[in-house]
Amino acid sequence: MTIAQETVQTRKLGFVQAINEALDIALATDDRVFALGEDIQEPGGGGFGVFKGLGNKYGAQRIRHTPISEQAIMGAAIGAAISGMRPVPEIMLMNFTHVCMDQLVNHAAKLRYMSGGRTPVPITVRTATGAGGGFGAQHSDMLEAQLVHAAGLKVVVPSNPADAKGLLLSSIFDDDPVVFVEMFGLYFASRGEVPVGDYRVPLGKANIARAGSDATIVTYGRQVVDCLAVADQLAAEGIDIEVVDLRTLQPLDTATVLGSVAKTKRAVVVHEAVRRNGFGAELAATIHAELFGELARPVLRVTAPNTPVPYAKSLEQAYIPGPPQIEAAVRSLL
Amino acid sequence: MSSSTPEPSAEVQREIFRTATRIALSDGKYRSLMLSGKIGGMYYSPRGQEFAAASVAAHLRRDDYVVTTYRGLHDQVAKGVPLRELWAEYLGKAAGTCGGKGGPMHVTAPEYGLMVTTGVVGSGLPIANGLGLSAQMRGTDQVTVVNFGDGASNIGAFHEALNLASVWRLPVVFVCQNNKYAEYTPLLEGTSVEQIATRAAGYSMPGVTVDGNDPIATYQAAGDAIDRARRGDGPTLLEAMTFRFCGHIMGDQQVYMPKEELAAAMADDPLPRFRAKLIETGVATVEQIEAIERAAAEEVADAAEFALDAPLPDPAVLTTDVYAEGVAV
Repeated sequence: MTIAQETVQTRKLGFVQAINEALDIALATDDRVFALGEDIQEPGGGGFGVFKGLGNKYGAQRIRHTPISEQAIMGAAIGAAISGMRPVPEIMLMNFTHVCMDQLVNHAAKLRYMSGGRTPVPITVRTATGAGGGFGAQHSDMLEAQLVHAAGLKVVVPSNPADAKGLLLSSIFDDDPVVFVEMFGLYFASRGEVPVGDYRVPLGKANIARAGSDATIVTYGRQVVDCLAVADQLAAEGIDIEVVDLRTLQPLDTATVLGSVAKTKRAVVVHEAVRRNGFGAELAATIHAELFGELARPVLRVTAPNTPVPYAKSLEQAYIPGPPQIEAAVRSLL
Repeated sequence: MSSSTPEPSAEVQREIFRTATRIALSDGKYRSLMLSGKIGGMYYSPRGQEFAAASVAAHLRRDDYVVTTYRGLHDQVAKGVPLRELWAEYLGKAAGTCGGKGGPMHVTAPEYGLMVTTGVVGSGLPIANGLGLSAQMRGTDQVTVVNFGDGASNIGAFHEALNLASVWRLPVVFVCQNNKYAEYTPLLEGTSVEQIATRAAGYSMPGVTVDGNDPIATYQAAGDAIDRARRGDGPTLLEAMTFRFCGHIMGDQQVYMPKEELAAAMADDPLPRFRAKLIETGVATVEQIEAIERAAAEEVADAAEFALDAPLPDPAVLTTDVYAEGVAV
C-alpha cells in the first residue's frame, strides 16, 4: 500500500538507485527471486548499471549472466516460473521484446489461461526504452499498447523513483507476468524521496499526481513530468489542471480516470508512443463511452506521430510530445 | 553406439509395450470418432511414434518434467496423465486437465509433470531450460525432457536453447522425434543436416541418434541421457528416428510423401513388431500381452465415453484464469 509520506522514513534516490533497491529487497526477501539478463553481473551490473553491487552480494546463481538470446532468456524465466520460482528477466531494450514475442505473448501471457489456472507465470520482465537518448528507431520504441493487447500480461510504467521502487516490488511478488517499463528519460534525470524498506505501490491504483478542477490530463511514465510542469505553469494563470498518473496500464484504474474526468468534464490523454492504436485510443474510447453526456469537449490525444523514432536531434525532439503540445491541447479544451 | 544403461528388464519392457498400446489405442479411437463425425477440431496423430515417447518416459519419475508439442498425445500418455482427464481436455470438456481451456494443442497437467504442450514449433525448448534451471537452483535432481520434431530444429529458439543449456549445464534432455517431415516438407528440403543430432556438436553436448522404433535401443540411449542430466553433467540432444503414419494433421492425404516410403514404414510398424518380439523372447506370454491389450482397450473406451458424456465448461469461466485474481475486463 502507499504509505503517507509523513509516517515513513524516506531518502532521496535516483530512478536507477530506486530500482536497484527494490531488486535488493526482493532478492533478500525471497529465495525464489532471481534475475537473468545480458551483462547484469559485475562489474557492469547491466546495460544501465541497475544491478550494481547486487552481483557481488547475491552471486552468479541469482544474478545470472545470459548470452544475447532473448528467446532463451524469456523461455528460461517462464519455465522457472511455472515450476515455482519468481524470475526477473531483463530484456535490455523494449524493442528487443519483439525478438522474444513468441515466448512473451504466446507462452508467458497464456499459460495460466490455457492450463485452466494450473501453471501461473509469475515473472517480471524489466525493460528500458524511450526517445530522447539518441538511440534511434530500433532502441527507443514505446510498445506498451502491444503488450496490453495480450490478455494475461500486466504492464507497468512508473514515473518517479518512489513509484519505481514500490511498483517493482509489487510486480515481483505478483502472481502474473508483468512487463515493467523503465523510460530512459527518467533513468538519470529523475530524483525523489523514496521510502526506505519494503515499500509497495499496488498494481492497478492510479495516482492523482496533482489535483485540479478545470481539466484532466491522463498520462504515465516520463510524460507525467512534462504534464506536471505544464499544470504548474497554467496554475499561474489560474487554470487548475488535474494530472492522473496511471502507473499501471493493466490492470487499469478506470475508476480514478473516470472519477477525475467526471469532475473536470475535460480530458487530454498524453503518451510518448505513436498515436495510431496507442494506449491513448483505449483511454479516449473508455472516457467517451462512459461519460459521453457529461463531457464539455471531446477527449484529445497528445502523442508521438506515426513514425519510427528518428535519430537527428531536431527530429527526435520534434517526435517527442512535449510541454508545448500538451499546453496547446489543454488550452483548446477550456 | 554402446550404452551404459542396461537393457530394460522384462517388467520394464512389458511396461513400455503397455504404454505404447495405450497410446496407439487412444489415437485409433480418437481418429475413428473424428471420422465418424462424433468429434471435430484439429488433431495431429502420433501413430507410429509411440516408442519414442514410451521408451524415454520409462525412465521418468512423476516429478520429472516433460514439455511437448501439438503432436503430443503419446508424450502425455507416456508421462502418466490419466486418460479420462486427458481425453476430456482433448474434447474441450470441463473435466479436462485444463478445464477445457487448453485443448489438444495446450494440454498441461503439472501434477503429473506434464508442464507445457505448445502449439508453436520449437517454442518448448527455451521453457524446458527454465524447468531445468529451476530444478538446478532448488537443488533437486529432477530431469526435464522436451520433445519436438525435426522441423523445430530450424527455428532460432532451438539454437538459443541448446546454447544456454550447455553454458549452464542444465538437466535437460532434448528429444528430437525425427519423423522425417516438417509439416508437408521432407527433411532435407528444409534442414541442412540429415541427422539432427549432429547439431549438438555446435553446442558442446552429446548428440545421439537412435532408432526410435526400437524400444530397447531407445530406452538405453534415453537412460544414458537422463542419468547424465540427473547427476548434474548437463544436457544431451537425443534424436529418435521415427515416422508419422497419418501425415501432419488429420485429413492430410500425404501426397508429398512417396507411396513406397509410407508403405515400407507401415509394414515395419514398431508396435506389432515389438509385440511379436516380446512373445518370441519369452519376455511376455501371449496371455500377458492380451491382458495388457484388453485392459488398455477398456481404459480407452472408458476414457472416451467419459469425455463424450462430460459437460462443456460453463460460459461463466470464459474470463477466469486470465489473471490471478478476479476476471478479465
